[in-house]
Amino acid sequence: MNEVTHTSPKTGDHEPIVRLDKVNKHFGKLHVMQDIDLEVAPGEVVVIVGASGSGKSTLIRCVNGLEEFQGGRIVVDGNELLPNGKSGKTLQTIRTEVGMVFQQFNLFPHLSVLDNVTLAPMKVRNWPRDKALDTAHKLLARVGIEDQAEKYPSQLSGGQQQRVALARALAMEPRLMLFDEPTSALDPEMIGEVLDAMRELANDGMTMMIVTHEMGFAREVADRVIFVHGGRIVEQGPPHEVFDHPRHERTQSFLSRVLKH
Amino acid sequence: MDVTFQFDWQAAIDSIPYLLEGIPWTLLISFGGLAIGFIIGIVFGLLRISPIAILRWPAIAYIEVFRGTPVLVQVLFIFYGLPQIIGGPINALTAGIAAIALNAGAYISEIVRGGVQSIEKGQREAGLSLGLSRTQAFRYIIWPQAFRRMIPALGNQGIVSIKDTSLFSVIGVGELVRQGQIYIATTFTALEVYFMVAMMYLAITLSLSFALRQIERRGLVGQ
Repeated sequence: MNEVTHTSPKTGDHEPIVRLDKVNKHFGKLHVMQDIDLEVAPGEVVVIVGASGSGKSTLIRCVNGLEEFQGGRIVVDGNELLPNGKSGKTLQTIRTEVGMVFQQFNLFPHLSVLDNVTLAPMKVRNWPRDKALDTAHKLLARVGIEDQAEKYPSQLSGGQQQRVALARALAMEPRLMLFDEPTSALDPEMIGEVLDAMRELANDGMTMMIVTHEMGFAREVADRVIFVHGGRIVEQGPPHEVFDHPRHERTQSFLSRVLKH
Repeated sequence: MDVTFQFDWQAAIDSIPYLLEGIPWTLLISFGGLAIGFIIGIVFGLLRISPIAILRWPAIAYIEVFRGTPVLVQVLFIFYGLPQIIGGPINALTAGIAAIALNAGAYISEIVRGGVQSIEKGQREAGLSLGLSRTQAFRYIIWPQAFRRMIPALGNQGIVSIKDTSLFSVIGVGELVRQGQIYIATTFTALEVYFMVAMMYLAITLSLSFALRQIERRGLVGQ
């Protein structure tokens, strides 16, 4: 079944948009995801924190199939991903509905900003050029870079590039957005502009899964904070609970290290 | 013995019309062979990086064989050897084009492989994450960037292959060197004629270098 409608009749609004059941992943000997259970409700903003190497990036990369997993199941908007990369066409269906913003932006350097944003809607959704351009201009305006539309990525600052990457993902009208350390490669003075754009997106009701080290942002925007350690979800809850009253010793020591800075 | 060095400019100039007759053949073999070699290079370069071993190994074998043997031997094999297998003659022009195509194809395969592999993994991931198929991600994202990076190496290969065609005088194609040799046989003006032959190769290769620089400059937008 290829569901491309935006209010999926299969899931409805009470069903989680993402569900992970006992998901396991190994990198050789490393057990990077151990029995991960996780549900994300429509409109929910989930921030995943943890030390580097804890498996948090791997977790969200499994959701759109950029990483394979070996056991368990992942259901995204009613479409089930199969272990060991056996999902076939479903994978593309899921990716069409799930946007992603990467740490390194990954804009297409040979295409103008506008072409970066219109490529997928035209090639995947088969939108006519006019519609794709119209949407692109609106999105670029929304992230505050409409005057850079004709430029190439290399002519933009890091913060601008990341906002283009956000617009590019949003152009596909995704039901879910994944953010893999979206501000980690940015100069400090540019982090704010990207977080602002993300905050606005969250306020508009987008379902978001965010891996970040920006604890202030997490506290403010997250509906739920998930702390990952050693490939497991160690603790989760509303930000004020996890940040102010962490129950688990691992969470406490992690937070005491990152919150000092 | 009274030996004085003398360069007879008149003899050099007189040879030009005769040598020019060889240029179309040189160009036909070079560019005909390179065009086919480019197609071979794309196909085998991509097979070379296929995750499927049955596709990868023939490509590796082809590349190693045609990179590892001299193009002169390859053309002799095609022109004199193959007719014994297929039971009929192969004309010299066909043999020349085939030799350049197969030889350049092997090198271009490696250029294509290097170009494609040089594109950061994140580019493909970004394309796939937007819902593009693997084919679309390759066609719209990876290939255009890889091709730009390949241009200098392709230019190099073009120049090498153009010069390689000079070896094909041995199978009697009337290309530049062959024309020069025939002319010298009656005039004994080796110094002047080979000088002019060299100049003509230089004119061809410099034109190619210039053209590639233009393409590269235009291609660099956005990088």
